[in-house]
Amino acid sequence: MLESILITIATAATPLLIAAMGELVVERSGVLNLGVEGMMIMGAISGFAVALTTGSVWIGVFAAILVGAAFALIFGFLTLSLVTNQVATGLALTLFGLGLSGMLGEGFVGRPGLKLGRIDIPFLSDLPFVGRLLFGQDPLFYVSLLLTAAVAYFLFATRAGLMLRAVGDNHTSAHAQGINVVAVRYLAVMFGGACAGLAGAYLSLVYTPQWVENMTAGRGWIALALVVFASWRPWRVVAGAYLFGGVTIGQLHAQAQGMAIPSQLLSSLPYLATIAVLVIISRNRRLTMMNTPASLGRPFVPER
Amino acid sequence: MRTKKTFLALTAAAVLGLAAAGTAQAQDDPTKACFIYVGPIGDFGWSYQHHQGLLQVEEELGDDVETAYLESVPEGADAERAIERFARSGCDIIFTTSFGYMDPTNKVAAKFPDVKFEHATGYKREHPNVATYNSRFYEGRYIQGVIAAKMSEAGVAGYIASFPIPEVVMGINAFMLGAQSIDPDFKVKVVWANTWFDPGKEADAAKALIDQGVDIITQHTDSTAPMQVAAERGIKAFGQASDMIEFGPETQLTSIVDDWGPYYVERVKAVRDGTWEQVDVWAGLAEGHVVMAPYTNMPDDVKALAEETEEKIRSGEFHPFTGPVNKQDGTSWLAEGEVTDDGTLLGMNFYVEGVDDQLPN
Repeated sequence: MLESILITIATAATPLLIAAMGELVVERSGVLNLGVEGMMIMGAISGFAVALTTGSVWIGVFAAILVGAAFALIFGFLTLSLVTNQVATGLALTLFGLGLSGMLGEGFVGRPGLKLGRIDIPFLSDLPFVGRLLFGQDPLFYVSLLLTAAVAYFLFATRAGLMLRAVGDNHTSAHAQGINVVAVRYLAVMFGGACAGLAGAYLSLVYTPQWVENMTAGRGWIALALVVFASWRPWRVVAGAYLFGGVTIGQLHAQAQGMAIPSQLLSSLPYLATIAVLVIISRNRRLTMMNTPASLGRPFVPER
Repeated sequence: MRTKKTFLALTAAAVLGLAAAGTAQAQDDPTKACFIYVGPIGDFGWSYQHHQGLLQVEEELGDDVETAYLESVPEGADAERAIERFARSGCDIIFTTSFGYMDPTNKVAAKFPDVKFEHATGYKREHPNVATYNSRFYEGRYIQGVIAAKMSEAGVAGYIASFPIPEVVMGINAFMLGAQSIDPDFKVKVVWANTWFDPGKEADAAKALIDQGVDIITQHTDSTAPMQVAAERGIKAFGQASDMIEFGPETQLTSIVDDWGPYYVERVKAVRDGTWEQVDVWAGLAEGHVVMAPYTNMPDDVKALAEETEEKIRSGEFHPFTGPVNKQDGTSWLAEGEVTDDGTLLGMNFYVEGVDDQLPN
């Protein structure tokens, strides 16, 4: 049973991880995009619709990534080129995405979708206990971990990653050094959108293969919280996502076991756990300051 | 200051005049029927079914009616604003379709005595312009319990519940009693999702229950996710609110389908004719408000038993809550042959004997 619980936890954590990883890169470049929920739901509907229409799950996944990035481009244009307020624009993007996806998805309600199957490696997937967990999950589970490794490598071991962090920490200095701040941020924002779109596709093609309005149900917001929770470090996002997923699934099992703890308390546990860890982390002020992108949320207008 | 006052007075007079004109013309103008939903109309469950009712009103009354709806309105303070907005915007009748809208509905109703309010699943009618309506879903849940006990090999069913309100507790009890009528030792494991609608969480709850050994899933949340999980894991499940057979062609045993259309048409017509009166409607299988989806994926004898049970309830020959029934702690609730009254059901805050769960307060 432990094995199946762990697999369920991985399913619950993966969409959070993917979306949060995208937002982490965006925030590292100094942009705060609160539109994760909106981009995610757009990814969910486009992934579902395209997969159902074309009959190919992978084309659906790909479409979700593209739509997520394109949707983020709206945010990029408004905040980076027109220098609108990032918080307000991000919130607007979320509302827009939730509404638009509901409209686009009207014809897809009540239709069972396609499901991205799990992989099956002969012999390895059949190993006792770890087989299914390590070698028999859906492909996007592996993508999420590879994505984390890639982002960690990119940010801290490549020149481009250094540039991105420089832009996020002090855009004026970065600009003075000749880095095209706005271009870097555009790319980061689109990467964030692509990840959110992929996370949305995970919901509508793997987690619950169907389309229903508001199916993200706040997961975009949790992804945002996870970035802060992880103090902008990629591998800590993994820890956060699995902690959140673990507590969520654990409390359901506790209930099914008939444990005499009020279910309202159990339901709020994932959030309480997140807050508790946040408090512990932020007690070390110096470390927190060191990791926070100093230009986060501040607009940049290049001098001409 | 003076001019301002005059201006205000003039505006007020103009508004009043318009309002008066509006009432005078009421017969010729289309009647405006407004609906407030707790979930999105695309949930394919609770709110979807209410919206089907709205569509039926439009279809049958045509040009005589104008409709409007607000979806995904959270229960609580937001609901009050939404209802009030509708009342101000000229709605003649407002249907508020979730339990949590009970107090907001009554509060707004006090301010707009000329607007009719219809609250679903509640019991408070504090003003003459508030009616309540509900369906006897427990009748369907009893039948589901009977089927579950017949079909389950493990002798345990999983129940995904939303919030510990009487409506939900009543459903769990009816399911339990139906199952016990077949297998006195039948067990029900309850998981509270604390949400009406979150496909991911509902799927997780279903997985957790299946991992804990249940082989039948039933739900009192609104999405089709649990049905899909059950299909994937190869066990049986019951649909909720709408016929979910598409999501589990080899999984769905039956589903309790909410058919609100006839009631909505009747009530909107009543407003139009000026015959609207405060009512407290609680209709079930007999009136067609509760419809059982076809009995599928079960042997013929189980199907026959389900149909027989349905017929007995429909004809009034049998009431699901008929004694002897004990409460969870073993104390007697209904004596042999005693049938509960509606008031007790609508305020139900206790489990019957055999439910393996602690009722949250």
